[in-house]
Amino acid sequence: MKVAVSALHAAARELGLTDAETDLIVELLGREPNTVELAMLSVLWSEHCSYKHSKPLLQTLPTHGPRLLMGPGENAGAVDVGDGWTVAFKIESHNHPSAVEPFEGAATGVGGILRDIFAVGARPIAVLDSLRFGEPGSERTRYLLDRVVAGIGHYGNSIGVPTVGGEVYFEGPYEHNCLVNAMCIGLARADRMIRSAAAGPGNLLVLFGSSTGRDGIGGASVLASAEFGEGDEGKRPTVQIGDPFAEKKLMEVSLELLERDLLVALQDLGAAGLTSSVPEMASKGGVGIDIDLAKVPLREADMRPQEIMVSESQERMVAIVEPPKLERVLAVCAHWEVAASVIGEVTQTGCIRVLSGEELLADLPLDVLVDGCPIYELTAAKPSQPLYSSPPRQLDSTDPNSILLALLASPNIADRRYLYEQYDSIVQSRTVRRPASADAAVLVLPNGRAIATATDCNGRRVAADPYRGTLESVLECAANLACVGAEPLGLTNNLNFGNPEKPHIAWQLTESVRALGDACRAMEIPVVGGNVSLYNESAEGPIYPTPVIGLVGELLSEPSRAACIAFAHEGDAVAVVGAFEPSLAASELAKLRGEPLPDELPEVDVGAACVALAMVRAAVRTGAVHSAHDIAEGGFAVALAECCLAAGLGATVETELSETKLFGEGPGGFIVSGPADQIPGRIVGTVGGERLRIAAAIDIPLDRLGEAHSALAALFD
Amino acid sequence: MKFGVITFPGSCDDLDAQLAVARVGTAVPLWHADHDLQGVDAVIIPGGFSYGDYLRPGAVARFAPIMTEVIEFAHAGGHVMGICNGFQVLCEARLLPGALLTNTSLRFVCRQVSLELVNPDTAFTREAPARLSIPVKHTTGRYYAPEPDLDRLEANRQVVLRYAPGENPNGSARDIAGVINEAGNVFGLMPHPEHAVDALTGSTDGLGLFASLRGCGL
Repeated sequence: MKVAVSALHAAARELGLTDAETDLIVELLGREPNTVELAMLSVLWSEHCSYKHSKPLLQTLPTHGPRLLMGPGENAGAVDVGDGWTVAFKIESHNHPSAVEPFEGAATGVGGILRDIFAVGARPIAVLDSLRFGEPGSERTRYLLDRVVAGIGHYGNSIGVPTVGGEVYFEGPYEHNCLVNAMCIGLARADRMIRSAAAGPGNLLVLFGSSTGRDGIGGASVLASAEFGEGDEGKRPTVQIGDPFAEKKLMEVSLELLERDLLVALQDLGAAGLTSSVPEMASKGGVGIDIDLAKVPLREADMRPQEIMVSESQERMVAIVEPPKLERVLAVCAHWEVAASVIGEVTQTGCIRVLSGEELLADLPLDVLVDGCPIYELTAAKPSQPLYSSPPRQLDSTDPNSILLALLASPNIADRRYLYEQYDSIVQSRTVRRPASADAAVLVLPNGRAIATATDCNGRRVAADPYRGTLESVLECAANLACVGAEPLGLTNNLNFGNPEKPHIAWQLTESVRALGDACRAMEIPVVGGNVSLYNESAEGPIYPTPVIGLVGELLSEPSRAACIAFAHEGDAVAVVGAFEPSLAASELAKLRGEPLPDELPEVDVGAACVALAMVRAAVRTGAVHSAHDIAEGGFAVALAECCLAAGLGATVETELSETKLFGEGPGGFIVSGPADQIPGRIVGTVGGERLRIAAAIDIPLDRLGEAHSALAALFD
Repeated sequence: MKFGVITFPGSCDDLDAQLAVARVGTAVPLWHADHDLQGVDAVIIPGGFSYGDYLRPGAVARFAPIMTEVIEFAHAGGHVMGICNGFQVLCEARLLPGALLTNTSLRFVCRQVSLELVNPDTAFTREAPARLSIPVKHTTGRYYAPEPDLDRLEANRQVVLRYAPGENPNGSARDIAGVINEAGNVFGLMPHPEHAVDALTGSTDGLGLFASLRGCGL
C-alpha cells in the first residue's frame, strides 16, 4: 500500500501537485485517482485554472456598477453602451509560451483572447497588446520583440480584427521572462449574449472547429504555473500552433449559431482543452457531463485518453445544443466548412465521466474536480533589501537639451510606429483614432456613439512602490481615456507577478491588488474580469510586478471631437492641466542615470487627479481644446515634444523650469492646446515655428527631435 | 447600381467593402461557393486572406466556384475591382497583368499613403481626385512585371495609380499602386479605398473610385 501511494505521489509531483494536494484528492474521492483522472485534476488544480493563490485577493475587488452586464467568472465581462448594444472585453496573458516560442506564443495568445470574446457572443472589434521585454541591446530581446510582433500581426491581421493600441516597455527584469498580454473588445446585441453554464440533462455536447492533436499538451496550464528554469527549449512542443484562418471560420460559425438562437451554452477551449472547459460548463450549470473520447476527431490516431483530454490544440469550441436543433447547428458548421461532432451529453450526475465507447476512463465529481482545490492564503512580507539591481548608467549629461534627446530616444519613449505599423488597425471601419494619433484608441459603434480604450502599466514604478505604482497605472490609463473625452465604464486587469509563494512577491501582489481596489472604488469603475499570470521568474529573479490595466470608456460626444496628441494650429495657446507635482523618483531619467529604484513613490492625491481627469474630459467633449496629451514617461518636456512631433509644429514655453519640472514624472498632468480664452489649466506657451523652445533650457529643431524619437527603427531593419 | 462583394472564407474587408459601396449604390453579398453573381452590375473582390492564403495570396481563391462566373463576367465586359487580396486574386486569375510579391521590408505594413491618379479616364477613376490619401495594409503588395511589360502598361495608360514620391510602402516597380486591364474593365489596387469613405475614420478620397462605376452595368 505504501509503495502504491508513493508511486501516485511521484506521478502527481510530475504534474505539479504537492503531496498534500494529492492526499486531499485521495481523501475527497475516497480512492486513488487513475492516470486520466490525475491528469485532469492536476490541470484544474493548477494556479492557471484554480487561482488558488490569488482568489482571496481578487475577491476584494469591486465588481459591480450600473452599466455592468456580465462580470468576472464568464469568458469575458461586458458593459452596456446604449441602444441595446453591449461591449465585452478581457485581457489575458501568454507570457510563458511567448518566451519559449515567441511567434506562435504571441499568435495563439491573440487567438485565445479572441475566442473568449466570441464565446460570450460578441464580435471581436479590437485588440490591444501590452508587451514587456528586456533591454533592446540584448540579442534575445530583439529576437523576441521581432517574433512577438510578427506573431500578433499574423493572427490579428489574418482574422480581420484591428489591433488598435497597447504599450511596450523594455526593462532588464523582463530579459528572461517577457510579457505578452492581449486584450480584446467585442460588440454584441445585449439579447444575443450567452453564458457558459451547461443546462438541460439530455442536451448534447458539440465540439466544433479544428481536430485535436498533440500540440500544446500542457502548454498554457503547465508553462504558466511554474518558474522558468534550465531546459526550457525542450518545452517548445508544449507551445500551441495557431491557425487564424480556422479561427476566422470558427468565429463566424459561433456568431451565426448565436444569431440563429441555436445554442444553450458556449465555451472556448483554452488552457487544458476539454479538461478545463467541460467541467467549468458543468460546474457553472450544476449538472454533469459525459464525454466520449471515441467521438473526438483526432489529428493523430494513437493519442492516449489523457492526451485527448488535455490537448491544447487551438481553434476549438464546445457548445451545449438541444437535440431538435442539432441538425441546424451542423448545417451552419457545414456552410463554413467547419467540422462538428457530438462528443457527449449533459447529465444529472454532478460528475464528469470520460468514456471511450463503452469503457469508463474517468469519473470525477465536480465538487472535487472544480471546487475541491485548496485555496492558499499568501504570506506577504515587505522585502528587507532591494529586489532589483540598478539599471546600467547610460546618461551623464545635465544639459536639458541632451537629456531631452536621450529621453526621446530611450526605448520606453521612442516612436512605436515600427511596431504598430505591422498591425492592421483599421479593418472593420470603426477606428476613429488610430495608434499613436491620440492617447487612447477610439472606435465608433453602430449606434453612432464611440468608445475609447487603452492599456497601461509602468512596471518600474510598481516595483518601486506596488501600492502607489498601481494607483498611478489606473490613473494613467484613465488619463489616456480622458484625453479623447472618455469616461471609464469598466476595467480589466492582467496581474503579472513572480512566484506568490515567496513572501516578497506576495507582498507586491497584495499591495498592488489593494491599490487596484482603491482606485476602482475612487473612480467608481467595476472590474469586469481579468487574468493572473504568476511565477514570472527566472534564475535572475522576478519580473517587475506588472498589473496591466485595460479600460473601456464612452465618449458621450461627437466621436470626431476625440482630441489628438498633435498640436493643431499655429498660435494656439499651450496649457498644463492638473495639480501636476512631478518627481524624479523611478522616472525614465533616473533609469538612464542608472539610479537604483527608490523605496517608495511620492503620495498620490487620487482626488486631485480625478478633478483633472474631469476637467480634461469636459474640455474635450465641448470642443474647447484642439489637442490633449497626458504627461507620462519623461515628464513635461517629453510630452510637449510628442505634441510637436505628431503635428510637425514647434512650440515655445517662456517659464523657467527646473530639471524636476522638465523631466519629473507623476500622475495627474496634461498638456492641452487651443484658444487661450477657452482651454482649461495654466497657460505656459504657444504653438508655432519649427523648434521646441523651453525658456533658456531647451532649444531644439523639430527634425533633431524626430531623429532621436525614431530610435527603434534600427530594431526592425 | 448593384455592387456584388465576394466573401471567401478568410475575407476580412468584405463588410467594409459592402459599407463603402452602399454609399453610392446597393451592396449584394456574394458567397465563394456559389455559381451565381445575382445579376450585379459590378463585382468587388475585397481584401483579406482568402482560404488563409497559406500557399500564395490569391492562389486558391482563383479556383473558387464564384471565380468561374467572375472570369466570364469580366470577359463579357463586366466591371471588376480587386482590392488588396482581390488584386492578388485577379493577377492569379490572369485577369490583370503582373504579380504581387512580398514587400521589400518582408513585413506587414499598415499606413496611410498618398497616391497620384495617373489615369483619370477609366470607368473606375473618372470621379476620383488627382491626389488621394488612402491606407495600405499588406505583406504581399510589391507590384512586379517584367520591364517590357511595364513599358507597355505605361504606354497603354494601364498604370492607374502610383504611390506619390517617397510614399512607396512595399517596393513596387515604378511606384505602381493600381493597374487596369487592356480592355479597361478590370482594375486592381493594393491600397484600400473602402477604408477611405468617411472623414471620421480617415479620409473620403476612396469614395470616387466606387462612385465612378455608377452607370457601368453590363
